[in-house]
Amino acid sequence: MSVVRRKIREFGMPRIIIIAFILLILVGALLEGQDMATLISDSLVRVGQNMLMALAMLPTILVGAGLNMGIAIGIVSGILGGLISVELGLVGWGGLMFGILLAICAGTVGGFIYSLLLNRVRGSEMLIGNYLGSTVVYLMCMFWFAAPFKNPTIIWPMGGKGVRTTIPVSDFFEKVLNRFLMFKIGRVTIPTGLFLFVFLVCFLVYLFTKSRTGMILRTVGNNPSYAAMSGIHINKARIIGITLSTVLAAIGINVYAQSYGFYQTYEGPLTMAFTPMAAILLGGATMKNVKIRHAVIGTFLIQTLLTTALPVCNQLFPESNLSEVFRIIISNGIILYALTQAGGDRR
Amino acid sequence: MKIKRFLMSNAVPILFAFLCIAGIRLSGTPIATILSDVVNRFDRNILLVLSLIIPVTCGLGMNFGIVLGAMCGQMGLVFVTLMNLTGMTAILAAALIGLVTAVICGILAGKLLNRTKGQEMITSMIVGYFSNGIYQFIFLFLIGGVIHISHKIILSGGVGIKNTIDLSHLQYSLDNLKIFGLGGKVDVFTGIIFFAVFFAACMTISALRNRKFDRNYIIRTAICAVFVVASLIMTGQERFMMAKMLIRIPIPSFLLVTFFCWLITWFMKTKLGQDMRAIGHDRDVALASGIKVDQTRIIAVVISTVLAAWGQIMFYQNLGTVDAYYGHEKVGTFCVAAILIGGASVKKANIGHAILGTILFHLLYNVSPLASQKLFNDSMVGGYFRMTICYGVIAVALMLHVWESRNSGLKEKRGEKKSGKPAKAL
Repeated sequence: MSVVRRKIREFGMPRIIIIAFILLILVGALLEGQDMATLISDSLVRVGQNMLMALAMLPTILVGAGLNMGIAIGIVSGILGGLISVELGLVGWGGLMFGILLAICAGTVGGFIYSLLLNRVRGSEMLIGNYLGSTVVYLMCMFWFAAPFKNPTIIWPMGGKGVRTTIPVSDFFEKVLNRFLMFKIGRVTIPTGLFLFVFLVCFLVYLFTKSRTGMILRTVGNNPSYAAMSGIHINKARIIGITLSTVLAAIGINVYAQSYGFYQTYEGPLTMAFTPMAAILLGGATMKNVKIRHAVIGTFLIQTLLTTALPVCNQLFPESNLSEVFRIIISNGIILYALTQAGGDRR
Repeated sequence: MKIKRFLMSNAVPILFAFLCIAGIRLSGTPIATILSDVVNRFDRNILLVLSLIIPVTCGLGMNFGIVLGAMCGQMGLVFVTLMNLTGMTAILAAALIGLVTAVICGILAGKLLNRTKGQEMITSMIVGYFSNGIYQFIFLFLIGGVIHISHKIILSGGVGIKNTIDLSHLQYSLDNLKIFGLGGKVDVFTGIIFFAVFFAACMTISALRNRKFDRNYIIRTAICAVFVVASLIMTGQERFMMAKMLIRIPIPSFLLVTFFCWLITWFMKTKLGQDMRAIGHDRDVALASGIKVDQTRIIAVVISTVLAAWGQIMFYQNLGTVDAYYGHEKVGTFCVAAILIGGASVKKANIGHAILGTILFHLLYNVSPLASQKLFNDSMVGGYFRMTICYGVIAVALMLHVWESRNSGLKEKRGEKKSGKPAKAL
C-alpha cells in the first residue's frame, strides 16, 4: 500500500488529475462523435508550437530565479524580429530563419537588460518580472503604433501608419516547419518539421545544461552560498540564465506564429506567460529541480487537454468560451499549487 | 535642508502632479470638465484603494487579491438584479451578500497567504487570476446551466448572464440619498462648505471631549474657515459658473468614505490594529510576544476583501452598468498603482496616500488620452501611455522596496542570517 502511495506521490497529484481529465474529455469526444483524427492532429500541432515557451521557463528556474513571468519581453523581441523579416518580404525557410535570427539578437539585448534589473531584486523575481513584462508590452504598444514599417501586410490598410493587431504570415512563411517532411498515419497528420526543430532546440538546451556553464548555473540555483564560496560569479550566471530564457521565448513566438499563422501585437503577449508556466510545473518541475522532460511532458499534457477540451465544450455549451475558462482555472490553479508547495517561512 | 527632505520623501507624488499639470495644459480641456470627471472617478475608486491599507500595515504587502473582493461585490450586484430589488434596498442587500461571500473568500485567501509567507504579493495576484476563472465559471455556466432562472439579464440561450448588466434600477441611489431632506448631489462650492463645516464640527467635538485646544486644532479649523469663505466668494462669481454647473459632489457617498477613513484610523488604534502593526514590523518578535500571527493576518485579509467588495458596489452604483466578466480584472493593478502614486510603499501606506493617489492617478488616467488626442491626433497612444505608467509605477515601487529592505537588512547585520539560507526564489 505504502509503495503505491509513494509511487503516486512521485508521479504527482496534479498530473494524475490532469490525465484523468484528458481521458474524461476523450471519452466525451468519442461519445459525441467528434472527429478523433482531427483532434489528435490539432493537439500535436499545438504541443509543438507551444513547447519552446515552456522550455523558456527552464533556465530561470535553473539559476534560482523562479518562473520567468517577464517572458513577454522575449515574446515582443521575437515579434519584432519576425516582423522585420516580413517587412523585408522574405518568404519560406529564409524568411523564418532570418526572423528567428533577428529574434535571437533582439532577445539577447532585451534579456540582458531584464537580467540586470532582476539581479538587483533577488527573491522577488516573479512578482517584479511580471510587472516589468507588462510595462514592456505597453511600451511596445506605443512603439507598434508609431513603428516605421512600410509593408502593407503589417500596417493598417487605412492611414498607412501603425502595425495591425494581427499580422498574417500566410504569404511569407506560414507552416514552413509544419509542412517539412509532413506525413500521415491513417488520417492523423504528423507535423514532422515542427517537432524536429523543437526537439533540436530542446537537445541544444540539454547539451547546454550538461556543459560546464550549465553546471555552474545549476549550482547557483541550488546553493547560491556554496556557489559564491567556490568562486562562481553568481550575477554573471544569472544573467546567462535569464537572457537564455528570453531568447528561447523569442524563438518560441516565431515557431508559434509560423504554425498559428499570425503574429499578435499590442496587448497579445500580455497573458501568454501563464500557460507555459503551468505547463512546466505540471510536467513536474519544482523551484529546486527542473529538467527538459518536465517542459516536454507538461506541454504535451496541458496542450492536449486544452485542444481536446475546446470542441467538446463547444458541443456542450454552444456560443460560450468554457475552454477559455478552463484554461484560466487550470493554469492558475497549477501555479498556485506550486507556490504553496514551494512554501514560505513556516512561522 | 527641510525642504530637500520633504521633496525627497515625496518625490513620486510630486513627479506625478507635474505630469498631471502638463497633461492638463496639453489637452486644452477646461479644468472644470476634467475635475467633474475626476470627482466621479474618485467617488468610484476611493473605497477600493482604501481597502489596500490594512494588509500593508500587517506586513502582507500590496494585496492584489482585492480582485477577489471586487468579484464578491459584483456577485452581490448580480444577485440583487436577479431578485429584482431596486434603490437603496438593492444596495444594502448587495452589500450584505458581498460581506458574506467576501468573509468566506477572505478566510480562504488568508489561509493560502499564510502558507506562502514572504511571497504574499505574487500569491495574491495569482489568487486573483484563479478566482477570476471560478467566477466566470459560475456566471457563464452554473447560472442557467445548473440553476435555472429566467430573467432579462440571462443570455438568450438560457445559460450564463450577459456581458453588461444594466443597473439603472439602483444607479446613484447612494449618491443621491437624502437624509432629512439634505444631501444628494450638490454643486462643488456647497460641497466644500458642507465638508469644511462638517470637519470643523467633528474636530471641535473631539477637542471638547479631550479638553485639548492645541495649535493643530486651531490651524485645522482655520483652514476649514478659509475654505468656507473662499467658496462663499467664488460661488457668486461669473467665471466659476461652469465649475459650479459641471462638478457635482455626492455628499452621502463622500460621508460614507469619511466614515470608512475614520473607521480605519480607529481600528488601527485598537488592540487588534496594534497587533497588526507589530506583525508588520517584525513577525518573529510579534510571535514571541504572544500575538496569534496567522489568525491576525487572516483577519487583515478578510477586512481588506470586505472593503473591496463594498468598494466595487460603490463603483458600480455610480457607473450604472456592470461589466460582468471583465470589470474586476484590473482592479488590483489600478488600485495598487494609485496608492503607490500617492506615495505609499510596500511597507507603509495610510489614508493620505490613498486619497492623494486616487486623485492623481485618475487625473492622469483622464487627461492622458485627451492630451495624446491633441498631440498625435489619436487617443490610443495616451491609453497605452497610462497603462505603461500604471505597470511601470508598480514595477519600480516593488524594485525600490526590495533594494531598501536588502540594504536595511545588511545594516542591521541580519544579512548573515538571511544569506545563510538558500535564496527562495519565486
